[in-house]
Amino acid sequence: MIRVVLPHHLRTLARVEREVELQIEGPTTLGSALDALEAQYPMLRGTIRDHVTKERRAFIRFFACGQDLSHEPPDAPLPEAVTTGAERLRVVGAMAGG
Amino acid sequence: MSGVRVLVGTRKGAFVLTSDAKRERWDISGLHFAGWEIYHLKGSPADTDRLYASQSTGWFGQLIQRSNDGGKTWEPVDNKFVYDGVPGTHQWYDGTQHPWEFKRVWHLEPSLTDPDTVYAGAEDAAMFRSSDGGQTWQELPGLRGAKGHLWQPGGGGMCLHTILLDPSDPNRIFIAISAAGAFRTDDAGQTWRPVNHGLKSEYELPDPNAEVGHCVHSIAMHRSRPGVLFMQKHWDVMRSDDAGESWHEISGNLPSDFGFPIAVHAHEPNTIYVVPIKSDSEHYPPEGKLRVYRSRTGGNEWEALTKGLPQRDCYVNVLRGALTVDSLDSCGVYFGTTGGQVYASADAGDTWTPIVRDLPAVLSVEVQTLP
Repeated sequence: MIRVVLPHHLRTLARVEREVELQIEGPTTLGSALDALEAQYPMLRGTIRDHVTKERRAFIRFFACGQDLSHEPPDAPLPEAVTTGAERLRVVGAMAGG
Repeated sequence: MSGVRVLVGTRKGAFVLTSDAKRERWDISGLHFAGWEIYHLKGSPADTDRLYASQSTGWFGQLIQRSNDGGKTWEPVDNKFVYDGVPGTHQWYDGTQHPWEFKRVWHLEPSLTDPDTVYAGAEDAAMFRSSDGGQTWQELPGLRGAKGHLWQPGGGGMCLHTILLDPSDPNRIFIAISAAGAFRTDDAGQTWRPVNHGLKSEYELPDPNAEVGHCVHSIAMHRSRPGVLFMQKHWDVMRSDDAGESWHEISGNLPSDFGFPIAVHAHEPNTIYVVPIKSDSEHYPPEGKLRVYRSRTGGNEWEALTKGLPQRDCYVNVLRGALTVDSLDSCGVYFGTTGGQVYASADAGDTWTPIVRDLPAVLSVEVQTLP
């Protein structure tokens, strides 16, 4: 089980509290975490990454364990502390605008 | 008792304004979808409780919301807008070809007869259709075959912003695309062709015979006379009496023929409304006076409607989707401004009252006449 923190607008959209818990089959990577997130909350499809290419949307960032994982490939393993549930994967709406 | 429901899309969410047929006292519901841009909301003519809304932000992209109870509650439906096949390219600002990229839905047009069928006008310009209440979307790719490689984005983006369904012919649809022009299908969206003959855009297009590239801001029709179209172009107010085959200018005595929306009176097919804006580089009313202009003659002869509207120091804009009419016996007219006001007239434009004054910038106004 991993824990994921969503930004305000996506919590509202998915009708969840700040943190959601996900069960992941197989290796725990950024890609498998997002697959599990979208499977559990289908209304989030397309809001974090492109429907088809699966590329991260420009103003979305992924943080965990004090690291910016946004540019990691989708098959890169998440930090051990995230896979055990000790730390949370944060989906962040990036600071943007004036 | 009959009444009206006004659907207002803004930069920061949506509002639903309701009133009885007198249209004097209003209930304000909202803010729906707080913090999101709502480019457009529209109700199904076949089921007034069925509404669709286009919700987007730069952060999280496009969502489509659906209501089955007149806007009290909403549920997200599918937001997967994928161009059919290899999307190809259109013209870019520098003259090179640029790949089609989906950005947002500008306009949602529910079917006249089926609440589950709805059309979506997208940026980059394309037409999508859902026949399952928004659960899935399919592009009508024939539109981009109508010289799409020559289309290029204007200042507002390459958006398909107007969809008119012909009530007398289910196979005929008119659409308009900013900086590309007006287009028509006669086979329910399989094939399309430009219908821009007679439009003159000498400041934007040096070729007087250009088939595409005209910056159409909006078009309107009266349901009893679907072959007659009225257009607010970038500059010029235009009219076609042959379903878009040819257009002629009807700007007449307008103080400026630049503007964004145009609407037709619900019961008088020759009565039309525009909101003149000073120029394409000065997006505010001429002389700082907010005036709706009405023609009762199908164009050319216009009268200023000013009672209840600010006649000094007003520098708002009225965007292309933000003027509409209801179909009560005394036709109501509504428009929203970039200053956050929504004005209503219950007497066909003779007098105006603000329903609300301090909303976020208004992107669209639609109205449903309730039984």
